[in-house]
Amino acid sequence: MAVTEQDIQESKRVYKEKYGFADPDQAIYKAPKGLDPDRVIEISQMKNEPEWMLEFRLKSLEIFNKKPMPKWGADLSKIPFDDLSYFVRTTEKQGTTWEDVPEYIKDTFDKLGIPEAERKFLAGVSAQYESEVVYHSIQKDLEAKGVIFLSTEEGLEQHPELFRQYFGTVIPSADNKFAAMNGAFWSGGSFVYVPPGVQVTIPLQAYFRINAEQMGQFERTLIIVDEGAYVHYVEGCTAPVYSTDSFHSGVIEIIVKKNARCRYTTIQNWSTNVYNLVTQRSAVYAGGVMEWVDANLGSNITMKYPSVYLMEPGAKGDILSIAYAGDGQVLDAGGKAIHVAPNTSSKIISKSISQHGGRTSFRGLLKIYKGAEKSKSAMRCDALILDEASRSDTYPTIEIEEEQVSLGHEAVVSRIGEDQLFYLMSRGLGESEAAGMIVSGFIEPIVKELPMEYAVEMNRLIQLQMDKAVG
Amino acid sequence: MATEQPFFHIEDLHVEIEENEILRGVDLSVKRGEIHAIMGPNGSGKSTLAHTLMGHPSYEATAGQVLFDGEDILEREPNDRAKLGIFLAFQYPLAIPGVSTLNFLRTSLKAVKQKEISAREFRKHLLEKMDMLKIGREFAGRYLNDGFSGGEKKRMEILQMAVLEPKLAVLDEIDSGLDIDAIRAVGEGISSIMHPEMSIVIITHYPRILHFVKPDYVHIMVDGKIRQSGGFELAEELEAKGYDVLLDEVMVASSET
Ligand SMILES: Nc1ncnc2c1ncn2[C@@H]1O[C@H](COP(=O)(O)OP(=O)(O)OP(=O)(O)O)[C@@H](O)[C@H]1O
Ligand SMILES: [Mg+2]
Repeated sequence: MAVTEQDIQESKRVYKEKYGFADPDQAIYKAPKGLDPDRVIEISQMKNEPEWMLEFRLKSLEIFNKKPMPKWGADLSKIPFDDLSYFVRTTEKQGTTWEDVPEYIKDTFDKLGIPEAERKFLAGVSAQYESEVVYHSIQKDLEAKGVIFLSTEEGLEQHPELFRQYFGTVIPSADNKFAAMNGAFWSGGSFVYVPPGVQVTIPLQAYFRINAEQMGQFERTLIIVDEGAYVHYVEGCTAPVYSTDSFHSGVIEIIVKKNARCRYTTIQNWSTNVYNLVTQRSAVYAGGVMEWVDANLGSNITMKYPSVYLMEPGAKGDILSIAYAGDGQVLDAGGKAIHVAPNTSSKIISKSISQHGGRTSFRGLLKIYKGAEKSKSAMRCDALILDEASRSDTYPTIEIEEEQVSLGHEAVVSRIGEDQLFYLMSRGLGESEAAGMIVSGFIEPIVKELPMEYAVEMNRLIQLQMDKAVG
Repeated sequence: MATEQPFFHIEDLHVEIEENEILRGVDLSVKRGEIHAIMGPNGSGKSTLAHTLMGHPSYEATAGQVLFDGEDILEREPNDRAKLGIFLAFQYPLAIPGVSTLNFLRTSLKAVKQKEISAREFRKHLLEKMDMLKIGREFAGRYLNDGFSGGEKKRMEILQMAVLEPKLAVLDEIDSGLDIDAIRAVGEGISSIMHPEMSIVIITHYPRILHFVKPDYVHIMVDGKIRQSGGFELAEELEAKGYDVLLDEVMVASSET
């Protein structure tokens, strides 16, 4: 399949129309550009934070400055750190009804279909615009059962002890350069607590929107699922198309207690001028289950490896990811499973698609510590490359300190075959429809894990790409 | 047997794959309601003919024509040919992991018939055909040909033919890899789908399937050309003598005249 400039432009036009529109910049406060410690102090003051948080931020900034840029993975040398604004406020007050939200922002979320999804199939919604959450809601009956779903700032303010007990424990700022950066500049994100035994059967959703040009967004999310409880948290994101770059660096910490279960689903659809460097990690205790479902469609560069730390016997972690890279995109994704206790099990399954010169990399880490005997793990990555200009690589790392374990590892790279296309076309399908069917089938094992509404959206996004991809 | 003009007509067809000439002047005329069998040694070009008729992009027709309902279809895309009513049962059907047989066939039927068909209506249609062909209903939900046995794949090809209701079906070794009972089931399935307006070109190495799908004509292809044509008895003669002897006789006969 040949790639033409026209195909590429067309697929970009579709994004721009649906998600890539911009509102005029109407921020009420925009921090001066750059990484000055004064900016950190200012953010902390504007949020009326306790002293310990300011200290945490300043310490994190120090770590960020000390740590070198990672030398592996995608090329990060062009991130314009000095040109970015690290904090943008758009409203003084967070809304709990959409009427409370500035009209132009509400319009944006309307266009993105958030209030509609909220009415139809969500238990709660948090909408972040630039640096802060501008709207959040949760169903009354869940609130009555003690479920907490707030912005991270509100979590800190309203539940200071619970917050402090867990914040920064799963991902300390020293973990990596961008976790440190998030520690210094964090703003927005969600604080979720589900009390013992409570089942939140329909998803909570957070949506992140960057509107301003050249900004850094630093969502910070903390989710605690208490014993025997269940929650499914979904996050989505988009941004306008600009010729300058923006930056998103999230930190997501999850604690899954004994016999609890958490599913965290991401549908990342940033415009292709956003750097997306995210640290997501979960600590899972006895009999608990953590499931990451990670779909990366957008961004310029993504580096993101959701992780599970299996801390106690019987803990289980599944990491399912899809990456779909087009023109100019480098999506470096995968997952990490760290087995600390015996009888723990993990699965890392990744499917990637590259087209129009896009590049996907799978990076998987499996580590079984001494003492984690009888643990089981399987790692599998499949890559589908749609044209000659595109590329896919796999970088699995396996470190085992224990003998009695069961392991599987498999990697398969394939291209859409002429014969497969011919077979489908001989049954009446046009070439792009045939290719779309092969791609949907390829990611089906992961898409079927998404709630129905997202699965439909996902397949639609992919068919949109395909229609333009096959000439 | 039909008597009207051939609605499917191949004339002096030459085909190359990567600049190697494989078909060297094939002629074949098929009328509505007729069944033609093509036999021939391995590598003689039977699948090449089948793929060319369906429009495989690697097969280049360098001379000749293929008329379907009076129109030369050689320039048409495979999906357009499917819409005209041509169907190819593949010698080696491909798997499409992640796509259920049901979804695939519904998309396919919509494309071929060029009209909407509700999920409920289609399900009914499909299950009827599955029952008729004695194919377990669980296959509807399985991913198309993914992990199917050789025989199961062949039966799915016949199911697809039953659902799509083509005017011309080209069946490339639909009987290979089938056990004896399965040959009967597939053979009977094909004849139950066959009707007076439909034509079949069946490619095979063995006469067994032809007892169920009784050909009006049998053709023998050797080295990219049809060298000998006859009735059903030709298939049996072939089975008794083998290609070498039979073709030697043909050569002798033709040099004597
Ligand atoms: N890509 C190719 N390049 C060169 N030769 C090819 C190519 N594909 C097929 N051929 C040759 O074309 C010839 C005809 O092949 P074809 O598959 O049509 O034979 P067939 O009659 O169907 O044989 P069988 O009975 O074994 O199925 C063979 O000699 C084969 O090797
Ligand atoms: Mg063949």
